[in-house]
Amino acid sequence: MKNYLEFEKPLAEIEGKAEELRAMARTNTGMDIEKEAAALDKKAGDLLKSLYGNLSAWQKCQVARHPDRPHCKSYIETLFTEYTPLAGDRNFADDHSVMGGLARLGDQAVMVIGHEKGNDTKSRIERNFGMARPEGYRKAIRLMELADRFGVPVVTIVDTPGAYPGKGAEERGQSEAIARATEKCLALKVPLVTVIIGEGGSGGAVAFATANRVLMLEHSIYSVISPEGCASILWKNAEKMREAAEALRLTAQNLKELGVCDTIVKEPLGGAHRDAPAAIDAVGKAIRKALADLAGTDGLDLRNNRRKKYLGIGSKGLAA
Amino acid sequence: MNWISNYVRPTINSIFSRREVPENLWTKCDECGTMLFHRELADNLNVCPSCSHHMHITPRARFKAMFDGGVFAEVTVPEPLPDPLQFRDQKKYTDRIKDARRTTSEKEAMLVVEGEMGRTPVVAAAQDFSFMAGSMGMYVGNAIIAAAERAVELGRPLILFSAAGGARMQEGILSLMQMPRTTVAVEMLKEAGLPYIVVLTHPTTGGVTASYAMLGDIQIAEPGALICFAGPRVIEQTIREKLPEGFQRAEYLLDHGMLDRVTPRGQLTDELVRILRMLMGLPPAVAGDLPAPETAKAPPVPDAPAAEAATDSAPPKSTPAPKAK
Repeated sequence: MKNYLEFEKPLAEIEGKAEELRAMARTNTGMDIEKEAAALDKKAGDLLKSLYGNLSAWQKCQVARHPDRPHCKSYIETLFTEYTPLAGDRNFADDHSVMGGLARLGDQAVMVIGHEKGNDTKSRIERNFGMARPEGYRKAIRLMELADRFGVPVVTIVDTPGAYPGKGAEERGQSEAIARATEKCLALKVPLVTVIIGEGGSGGAVAFATANRVLMLEHSIYSVISPEGCASILWKNAEKMREAAEALRLTAQNLKELGVCDTIVKEPLGGAHRDAPAAIDAVGKAIRKALADLAGTDGLDLRNNRRKKYLGIGSKGLAA
Repeated sequence: MNWISNYVRPTINSIFSRREVPENLWTKCDECGTMLFHRELADNLNVCPSCSHHMHITPRARFKAMFDGGVFAEVTVPEPLPDPLQFRDQKKYTDRIKDARRTTSEKEAMLVVEGEMGRTPVVAAAQDFSFMAGSMGMYVGNAIIAAAERAVELGRPLILFSAAGGARMQEGILSLMQMPRTTVAVEMLKEAGLPYIVVLTHPTTGGVTASYAMLGDIQIAEPGALICFAGPRVIEQTIREKLPEGFQRAEYLLDHGMLDRVTPRGQLTDELVRILRMLMGLPPAVAGDLPAPETAKAPPVPDAPAAEAATDSAPPKSTPAPKAK
């Protein structure tokens, strides 16, 4: 069964009708419905194109959070070989919302680190919906440090609503862990490439995404606060999330214009969840290209260029 | 036009609207309810004399009390783009800024200065909670970078007083980008071998806590300050249970190993001087209120400008001149 988003309702109707027709034809062998079904398919295809060609900021948030969208685990399993998970922060626990370990991208050894949201009730709970606790950030720091010492490039995959707002997380220094992870990103003398595949939620995302190259999937988002949170603070009404999403300029397209995102990776028609293998493949190609671009650069230059890039952000705003 | 509407006009407005006498001569302590006379409260650095509750203090008032003879010079902060996202909620962002400038008579939410405290040259930056909840936007980011660069240029330590509700939503992703930007500033100090001391004041939350405010070589907090990443209300809604007494307050963080010290405002200056002089290889400080540093005698760096700006009443010093690093 497919999950349709609210704005995809008309599409669901058409696709449902086509499906019904075909089901009828399967039971009544003599029926010829193919022509009619094909017409419906075409109509659905056209509608999909027009819907996704013109998504609003809030619709993009919904697509970015789509439950069927491929998550970190699928990317790691498909794009990399020899993935060897490395666990724990050597301090308190292993945070299952953060995946990480050594792997190969082609022949190239890399350290891959990412937020995993899970894709059914059990795995979502185990992964804490992709919301990392301090031990998750500290695991990431440890893995980045390891990669740095052995000259292994780091690839981070970002997909998180934000860092976990919990009692234990605060007691164990959520802020400090995020600050140190950002600091570690900035200190690396190996290439650091980030790809935001869904949600880039605030500080929880910055901790992984302070990179030489920030890639974003076409319908992914990256924001200082969720549209709902922003609406409830500034509009004093959480229902105003559409307006807030628009005002926050959180789409990949806006962020490219602001110099926060370096490359937008095109998604298959109708979003990554409609053709996960194609989306994953496109991300793989973009990561390889980014790593190849950075390959010849000296370690100190990598670090200095990363710092310069961030110091320079904010020099251009959006065109009026 | 921009320069006139964004800078000149607010400055003129602020000069005319500056209050000669506080409208309210009495302030009620929000902790114990005691009515406090404004002068008594100001003399006590906005700390309630009866229950020691620490209220907000403006960066200017803090620096006036902190620096020798109350003398300090402002460090220029590069102007960021005004309203880069053309943000508008129920109100335009540019109007919110104008309002904040009018009510605070300050340009933005952070003040960066240089001066001497206990004859120890420092650069200091303080966040102004009264200016849009001290929120971290591009100006605050630029201020911290300017503070770090100035400290490195003069070979001085940086003291940072944090106070903020978090990132400034009206600058969207660009406010979030101040987390890495300010972290670069902290790295500059580390690489120059200069101490970076953070004093966390009430409240310090969100992206501010998760960047420069938690990266100090030494972390000090004022008593009772709320210091957190996610606020208590958000956490209660998430975990649906009551939080323990004193949760996320300075003393709670001290107990959980997140701070070096919790120090009352009245003792902060002496403590900062003591720590800095030990870290900077300087002899012990002479205690007590010191007059403004002398202009002629010992500028810490040969051609440091504005830093030791003229004061006409500096008597001869009894302490040895501070060594420039």
